[in-house]
Amino acid sequence: MSFLQEFERNGWAAMGERIYGKQGADVERALFRSGRRDLDDFCALVSPAAEPHLEAMAQLSYRLTRKRFGNTTQLYIPLYLSNECHNICTYCGFSVDNRLERLTLDREQLLQEVAQIKAEGFEHILLVTGEAGRKVGVDYFEQVLEWLRPHFASITMEVQALDQAEYERLIRRGLNSVLIYQETYNRDTYKSYHPKGKKGNMAYRLETPDRLGRAGIHRIGLAALLGLEDWRIDSAFVALHLSYLERRYWRTKYSISLPRLRPAAGCQPPNVTVSDRDFVQLICAYRIYNENAEISLSTRESPALRDHLLKLGITSMSAGSKTEPGGYTLQDDALEQFQINDERSPAEVAAMIRAQGFDPVWKDWDMVLES
Amino acid sequence: MIPCQLPDTGSNQFRETQPLRVGDRDYDSRLFLGTGKFGSYALMREAVEASGTELVTVALRRVHLHEQQDDVIEHLQVPGVHLLPNTSGVRTAKEAVLAAQLARESLQTDWLKLEIHPDPRYLLPDPIETLLATEQLAGEGFQVMAYINADPVLCKRLEEAGAAAVMPLGAPIGTNQGLQTRAMLEIIIEQSHVPVVVDAGIGAPSQAAEAMEMGADAVLVNTAIAVAGDPVAMAQAFRLAVHAGRMAYEARMGVVSKRAEASSPLTAFLGN
Repeated sequence: MSFLQEFERNGWAAMGERIYGKQGADVERALFRSGRRDLDDFCALVSPAAEPHLEAMAQLSYRLTRKRFGNTTQLYIPLYLSNECHNICTYCGFSVDNRLERLTLDREQLLQEVAQIKAEGFEHILLVTGEAGRKVGVDYFEQVLEWLRPHFASITMEVQALDQAEYERLIRRGLNSVLIYQETYNRDTYKSYHPKGKKGNMAYRLETPDRLGRAGIHRIGLAALLGLEDWRIDSAFVALHLSYLERRYWRTKYSISLPRLRPAAGCQPPNVTVSDRDFVQLICAYRIYNENAEISLSTRESPALRDHLLKLGITSMSAGSKTEPGGYTLQDDALEQFQINDERSPAEVAAMIRAQGFDPVWKDWDMVLES
Repeated sequence: MIPCQLPDTGSNQFRETQPLRVGDRDYDSRLFLGTGKFGSYALMREAVEASGTELVTVALRRVHLHEQQDDVIEHLQVPGVHLLPNTSGVRTAKEAVLAAQLARESLQTDWLKLEIHPDPRYLLPDPIETLLATEQLAGEGFQVMAYINADPVLCKRLEEAGAAAVMPLGAPIGTNQGLQTRAMLEIIIEQSHVPVVVDAGIGAPSQAAEAMEMGADAVLVNTAIAVAGDPVAMAQAFRLAVHAGRMAYEARMGVVSKRAEASSPLTAFLGN
C-alpha cells in the first residue's frame, strides 16, 4: 500500500469538479466548523467561491498559526551542492538541454560556503542538487553530511528521489528532513514537463514520501509547482497527499512549500498565472486545513509580499539565498536555477521579522535529539 | 516573601501559601513557565519576571549547547529563577537519555523536564518510552519531572521509577482547552506522593485556578501567556490566579454536593 492507490482513486477532473462546484455556504462551513477540517473543506477554501471570504480566512489562519507556532518565524538557507542534471524539466534552469557551466562542490568549496553561511547565523540548512545520480549520488551525499553535520543543527535535502535503503543510509549520517515536490499531480501532463530523465517516472516520485516515511525521516516537505497546472486542483492533491502521509507515518512532521515559478534561463514561461491574491488564499487554505504543518516561504517572492505574508500562516523563511553552487563565495549568478526576488541580507530579513513583533528563530533543532 | 501584591495599593498583601517542595528544592511560586513562542527574548524575560515564577523550562533544541554563550539562556538569567531544560523533540527513551546527559553537561543542572513525544502533531507523550527513560535517568541522579498523559497508573509507576514530579496534561499542548482530563487528574492528585504539576492545555487564568483548587501542586503555562495580546499582563493574571487557587485549596473549600443540605433538618427533633 502506498499513496499511489489513493491517488488512483482520485482523478484530476473529478477533483476539479469537487472544487469548482463549491458554494459560499461550503466555504462558511469550512471556516466556522469545529473539529478537524476534511478535504472537502480544503476544496471549498481554494475554490473561487472562497474569494469573497479572503479576509476571514486570513484572520483565522493568523490565529491558528500563532496558537500552534507562537510569534516566531524560523530562518533557513539553501546551499546548492551541484547544478549537474540529466533530466529535462521544462521549467528548470538546470535542465540538461540548457547550455550552462556545471559545477559540483568539493570539500574545500563546500566548507568555504559553509563558513560564509555560518557567519550569517544560520543553523538550519537546505541542500539542493539536480539529478546526476552517478556523480551526485548517495555516496557523495554521505560525504557531504559527514562534512556538514558538525556545523548545523538541522540538515534538509532537496535532491533526486531515492530508494528507502538510500534514505536510511543518509538518515544515519544526520539527514533530518527531505523536500520532495511532486511538481504536478496531473497524470496527463506530468510527462510533458519531464520529457527526459528519471524524474519522468511519475509513480516513483509519487511514492517517494512513502519511502521516506518507512525510512523514519523526521520531516517531509511537499509541494506542487505553482505555474504549471491549475493551482487549485494541484494543491488539493497536495492536501490529499499530506493527510494520507500523516495517518500512515505518524511520527513524521510535514511541511508545505509554495514554489511559484520564476523566470529562469532557457525555460518556458509559466502556463498559468497565480496572482498574489491566489497565493494568499492558498496559504490560508493550507493553514486552516492543517493546523500543524509547517509552511515555508522562499526568496522566490518579493520583499513587500514576504513582509505581509509573514503573519498569514508562514512558519519558516529562507533569506539571503543564492540558487547556484558556490553562490555565496565562488560565483556570480551565472549558474543559477532561478532568479531570486528578495535580495535582502539575512540580517535585514531578521530585522524585518523583529520589527513585526516576531522572534526570528535560527535554531530549533539539535542533532543530539536523534540517535 | 510576599507572593503577590496589588500594584496600586501597596499595602494590600495576600496571605502566603505553603511552599512547594520538589526534590530538594522549595518553591514559593506554584506557577511554572514555558519559554517558547514569545515574540522576542526581551518580552519573554519581562513575562517571566511578571509571573513571579521560580522555574522556567527551556527547550534544548533552541539552545546552542556546544557554545559558551546562548541568547535564550542569557535572557533567562533572572534572580531566583531556576532553569528546567526539556527534551522536546526526542522520540525514544534512548534519545531522551542522550539529550539529558548533554543538558546536564552544558547547563550544569540535574533537573530535567522529560518530554518524549513521537507524535509531532499533538505532541502527546509516549508512556512506555517515558517510563523507561525515567527509570534510567533517576538512576543516574537526574531530578526528572515527567510530562505524561493523565494516566493515574502511569503516574504511580513513574513515582516508583524515581520521578521527582509528574506532569500530567490537562489537554493537548497549546490547545487552551483547559482541564479536559479532570476526572483522571483528580485520581492522580489523590494518589500521588510526588508533586503533581498540571502541564499543557491551560489556556486561561481561571483554568489554572481550577487546577490549583483541585489540589494540583503547581501548573505549567506557556502558550496562553506567550501569544496573549499582552503577555506581561497575562503573566501577572496567571500569577494571581494560581495564588488564589492555592489559597482556596489551603482554606478548604466547601464540598460540592449534588444534593441540597437543609439548614433546618427534618429529623432534628429526634435528638442524638
